[in-house]
Amino acid sequence: MLSFLLRRIAAVLPVLLVVSLVVFLILRLAPGDPAAAIAGNNATNEDIAQIRTQLGLDSSIPVQYGIWIGRVLQGDLGYSFYLSKPVTELIAQRIEPTLALAVGTVILAVLIAVPLGTLAAWRLGGWLDRLLSGFSVAGFSIPVFVIGYLLIYLFAIRLEWLPVQGYKSLLGPAGAGPWAWMRQLILPWMTLAMIYVALIARVTRASVSEALTEDYIRTARAKGLTERAVLLHHALVNAAVPIVTVIGIGIALLIGGVVVTETVFAIPGLGSLTVDAVLNRDFPVIQGLVLLFSVSYVMVNLLVDLSYLFLDPRIRY
Amino acid sequence: MKRRFLLTAATVLGLSWLSPAMAQTPPNKVFRFVPHANLTVLDPIWTTAYVTRNHAYMIYDTLFSEDAKGAIKPQMVDSYQVSKDELTWTFKLRAGLEFHDGKPVTSTDVVASLKRWATRDAMGGILTTFITAYETPDANTFKIVLNQPCGIMLDSLGKASSNVPFIMPARIAATPGAEQIKEHIGSGPFVFKADEFKPGALVVYTRNAKYKSRSEAPSGVAGGHPVNFDRVEWVIIRDPQTQFNALKAGEVDMIEQPSFEQYETLKKTEGVKVEDFFPAGLQFIMRFNHLHAPFNNVKIRQAAMVAMGQQAYINTQVGVPELGRLCRSMYPCGTAYGDEDTGYFTGVANPAKAKQMLQEAGYDGTPVLLMRPTDLASIAKLPLVAKQQLEAAGFKVDFQQMDWATLLARRAKKDSPANGGWSAFLTAWTAGDISTPLTMQMFNAKGQNGWFGWQDEPRLEYLKNRFARTVDPKEKKKIASEIQRVAFETATHAPLGQYQSPSAMRNNVSGVLQTPGIPVMWNIKKN
Repeated sequence: MLSFLLRRIAAVLPVLLVVSLVVFLILRLAPGDPAAAIAGNNATNEDIAQIRTQLGLDSSIPVQYGIWIGRVLQGDLGYSFYLSKPVTELIAQRIEPTLALAVGTVILAVLIAVPLGTLAAWRLGGWLDRLLSGFSVAGFSIPVFVIGYLLIYLFAIRLEWLPVQGYKSLLGPAGAGPWAWMRQLILPWMTLAMIYVALIARVTRASVSEALTEDYIRTARAKGLTERAVLLHHALVNAAVPIVTVIGIGIALLIGGVVVTETVFAIPGLGSLTVDAVLNRDFPVIQGLVLLFSVSYVMVNLLVDLSYLFLDPRIRY
Repeated sequence: MKRRFLLTAATVLGLSWLSPAMAQTPPNKVFRFVPHANLTVLDPIWTTAYVTRNHAYMIYDTLFSEDAKGAIKPQMVDSYQVSKDELTWTFKLRAGLEFHDGKPVTSTDVVASLKRWATRDAMGGILTTFITAYETPDANTFKIVLNQPCGIMLDSLGKASSNVPFIMPARIAATPGAEQIKEHIGSGPFVFKADEFKPGALVVYTRNAKYKSRSEAPSGVAGGHPVNFDRVEWVIIRDPQTQFNALKAGEVDMIEQPSFEQYETLKKTEGVKVEDFFPAGLQFIMRFNHLHAPFNNVKIRQAAMVAMGQQAYINTQVGVPELGRLCRSMYPCGTAYGDEDTGYFTGVANPAKAKQMLQEAGYDGTPVLLMRPTDLASIAKLPLVAKQQLEAAGFKVDFQQMDWATLLARRAKKDSPANGGWSAFLTAWTAGDISTPLTMQMFNAKGQNGWFGWQDEPRLEYLKNRFARTVDPKEKKKIASEIQRVAFETATHAPLGQYQSPSAMRNNVSGVLQTPGIPVMWNIKKN
């Protein structure tokens, strides 16, 4: 297993190198000039040229890439063109809200979806199963921002239970405190969890219902085990591999969902940082974020693969 | 005993969970404001972005300022004198002015700031051509020595919109204009809290307790700057619906520019009011590329202008009749040089006449490459109208949609439209930026060295130079009108209607000042 782990971690490096090169090239070849965006409406061509030189954008693309990747290898992701701050500092400032949103969403989705899907599989065709099917269709088809606005209208505007927008850090001297921190995240969690509940519950239902038709389930029931024990200790455990896989995929897909949710709830996370950077052609920030997202994606996949070892003893690497 | 202790501890801990910010500033001493854009660049000389200019008004002070009537009034300056030959201007600073770092504001700081500003600002650049020397006889006095009498000294030093000659400490102003400053220390009414600045989320300012406000009543951005809040927070909310929801729920006190779509709803929303602090408003324009066909032909540009009808732009982009205004003048109506004597340009679409003019001009069907910025909601609908009006007049239109960043890069290209260039784009200007011939970028007619569109028209440059040298206001007005006449004759650009962009605020907010488009936070109160 150790050699598998080392091999997988070693495989991350070429992946990141390719990602960095592709992103770098796409950004440089795409239309749009950060210098023109920075210079503003009043600028002349001369102003733009001056800014291009200052940002180092007048060097050739291979030279620019060489300088950038050299710095990345030393842990320096560069400086934002706009904010004159290190990209690492910007990411550090924004990572907490995004992590809070993403981790909370996954936990909420798993806590709701897995029991729901398991129960639906247990009573296939029953009211809960039909309810889940309806909910899944809604969860997949209603856009995240519509769900967000509806929840804001109900819980923030009508009932005044929860705040409309914003994020205050849990940590630090100006931290919001645990309850205030949670209050501001409840609506974003609910909004973003909707689609993942639909996704995970559907897969859980399918996986558990298939497991329930297996011989070992009949044997377990014949042994006189309770239905709860059959479901939890036999069906769910054996159905866990596809469920964990879909949760892993869900975490990767969260990146897109987070952007919309952060916009609707004005949460200053990595999603809004990405959107701003793309709109302003802030190349160093985009490159840094794509690298971060790539590392996260690869790590989540690795963790999912490793979890198979614990969920299914037959799997060996 | 032990149980009681535990209960007390739990209660205290619990309460601290529920109200973690007990020690924070009282709510009526905090003002939460949603600016029209995210604040990214903090240097108001390096960029012309309005949001940066507005941020700078919070923390910096200016030598002169514009009042509500458009007159230039002393701000940091206490008094000034002009020599008889009009070649030496002597300015005395008010006593006791102090930067946020506790250091006094001196004439050396002023000169360093003006020099840096003049390297970036067009009007500052023109002013520099008059200046022989800056002198600093003492810490509170500075002199500007000229090579010829100058009619734009006060207009330049009191320029209200980007780039504004804000005064910063000399060591910071020593930064070349092409580089961003790293420290943000001014002598203005608010102090920027760099440690609390979260780009894309929050900008925090605190009251400058040592600020020396003028004794006059506030007017425009001039006069006294009384501050009624201990803390001002700029809350960055991008989504217009979320801005509206936050205002309705009382989480923010004011939205600078709510979307036009929400105007009627906001007016009817309980606890919320809509006010316009910017009477002169903004103006839509279409800019032609004078370098390439078809708009390198003045007759074809004139035909395009005749094809343009302002009402359709206002209806489509603004959509609220009471916020739009037809105005043929290139200088915004209601400003000092506004003049509706515009000759052939009526602002009413006349496709038949435009078609005839096109034929007379020998239009050969070269397509107009019209750029549309799809992601900039405030102007995204304008090119749709332009396309329709140009086509109705017989133009062929190559309609290209792109994001704003791509448009900004593309409009800087001097290549022909077929090789990555362009023919026309539309944008909006705040009145403050286009209210004089020297700040109007579309009158920059220096050809290849001019503003995008690169018009080469020596008459315009000559008249602008005369305007800058003229001191008599009546004569200046005459020259401004003459400049506009030439601009219409050569079809620099088409003015496409004026509009207001009111702000929305909670009912308990009062004292919002009428300014040349700058949302200032002084004088505002919350009851």
